[in-house]
Amino acid sequence: MRILVPLKRVVDPYAKVKPLGDGSGLSTQGLKFEINPFDEIAIEESVRLREKLGNTEIIVISIGSPECEEQLRKALAMGADQAILVETTDIFDSPSVADELNAWVLKLEPNLVLMGKQATDDDCNQVGQMLAAKLNWPQATFASKIEVNGSQVLVTRETDTGDEVLQLDLPAVITADLRLNEPRYIALPGIIKARSKPLDCQAPLATPRLRTRILSYCEPPPRIAGQKVDSVDALILAIKARGAL
Amino acid sequence: MAELLAICFKAHEAFPLAGLAAKLGKSFDLLLLTGAVPQGHGAERIFTAELQEIPPADGIGSPLATFSKPYRYIVAASSMQSKDVLGRLAGLLDASMITDVISVDSATQFKRPILAGAVIAVVEVLEFPVVITARTAGFAAPESQPDSPVEAISVAVATMSRLVSRNARSGSRPDLTQARVVVTGGRPLKNSATFESVIGGLADALGGAVGATRAAVDSGIAPNELQVGQTGKIVAPDLYIAAGVSGSTQHMAGIKDSKLIVAINKDPEAPIFEVADLGLVADLFDALPELQKKLTP
Repeated sequence: MRILVPLKRVVDPYAKVKPLGDGSGLSTQGLKFEINPFDEIAIEESVRLREKLGNTEIIVISIGSPECEEQLRKALAMGADQAILVETTDIFDSPSVADELNAWVLKLEPNLVLMGKQATDDDCNQVGQMLAAKLNWPQATFASKIEVNGSQVLVTRETDTGDEVLQLDLPAVITADLRLNEPRYIALPGIIKARSKPLDCQAPLATPRLRTRILSYCEPPPRIAGQKVDSVDALILAIKARGAL
Repeated sequence: MAELLAICFKAHEAFPLAGLAAKLGKSFDLLLLTGAVPQGHGAERIFTAELQEIPPADGIGSPLATFSKPYRYIVAASSMQSKDVLGRLAGLLDASMITDVISVDSATQFKRPILAGAVIAVVEVLEFPVVITARTAGFAAPESQPDSPVEAISVAVATMSRLVSRNARSGSRPDLTQARVVVTGGRPLKNSATFESVIGGLADALGGAVGATRAAVDSGIAPNELQVGQTGKIVAPDLYIAAGVSGSTQHMAGIKDSKLIVAINKDPEAPIFEVADLGLVADLFDALPELQKKLTP
């Protein structure tokens, strides 16, 4: 079995990111960058699947600047066998990422694409579904449990009202939700040790065709702290005064 | 011929989607996948798919793509289900897509939150068709309109992944994303029985829905689908009561559109007090039962 795990380098999801003064971009100077947390869960799950199934090859792939090597190295340290950096300075939107990944899937022929449900920077939640559609493969998004049985996979996925179990034939695209697993901690020596694993830099297979672009960034209108009350009775009066009860 | 197709997974979504179409200045058709036909939103035509339940995204995707082909805008209310299905639809149509639209700036420009709501991005559509999921809180229903003609259509669902089981937590409480009142609890609730009696008790007294923080869900106090925040539900009630909630950025991303945010926390330094409209520094185990008693009709 071959698993392809696309991963995105994102700004530290716990950092406070602000728009630049002129709204032309985001101020990320001095901030840490990480593997998108949902992609990290996908990497962890692929390693656990290999531990269970044996004979599994895990390839991680990232599209972006040379700095993405840092996140790919960490993925190798977590247990991926091989990394591909599709090196580019071009801007990609979700459909063009799906196009590029589609080309890599046709080339690498994985049985399973396992990736995060969304990136914590753009919060789009699109690429997995788009990729599955382009490949005409089954999809299971928001996965919280994955069981592979031969050429079939059972996925428990979170829904708006609870959860459901889907049975999919491989090959398939699965996107990871928060509760699929807790990724293992990798200390720095582990990352250094993984330096012997292969990391290939490649050019994009397709020129990105942008269907949307971001024109500007701004801060949301602030919510101003309101009033403190000192008792439940005062709270009820204040809620009623604002017409919310 | 309408340029916009509003896909409704639930009937009530017709109204905010009509509000979005009005903001765009576009007439629209409505495709209702399941449920009773809503009227009064002003669609040119209503198509009903009359599905018993909505099949997996890879099964419903291709018939939806065929049906959506004539439209320039294909719009649904944001939910996990609509993101699942419309992402597939956008891939099949080779379309552009904008997730979680909160406002319409022009026929090609839309605002949406990124980075857990810390930043708002203005996104321009460069290619049509565009597939949009919209946060319904941003779009008011139009004035009541005359009834629209209804036409049943047949949807030939493709077979890909197979639904083995569905575990929907049903109950008498309103849907979290639609509720007028939401009461949310955090990790201080200790266990699921306490959570249910303290948070659920107040919610029931107010006819509201129950929400939970990620910390509460992760520690097994509350089920997954109650999680409110960036990766959970986005809520916009008239009254949001947060009890024992510290107020992380990720949680705040899910409650910003609430009209009145009330925080009850025994830690006066909790960040939630920086954004709450009303704050009470108190032990929730004293304050919530008292609130419940005094507000029970």
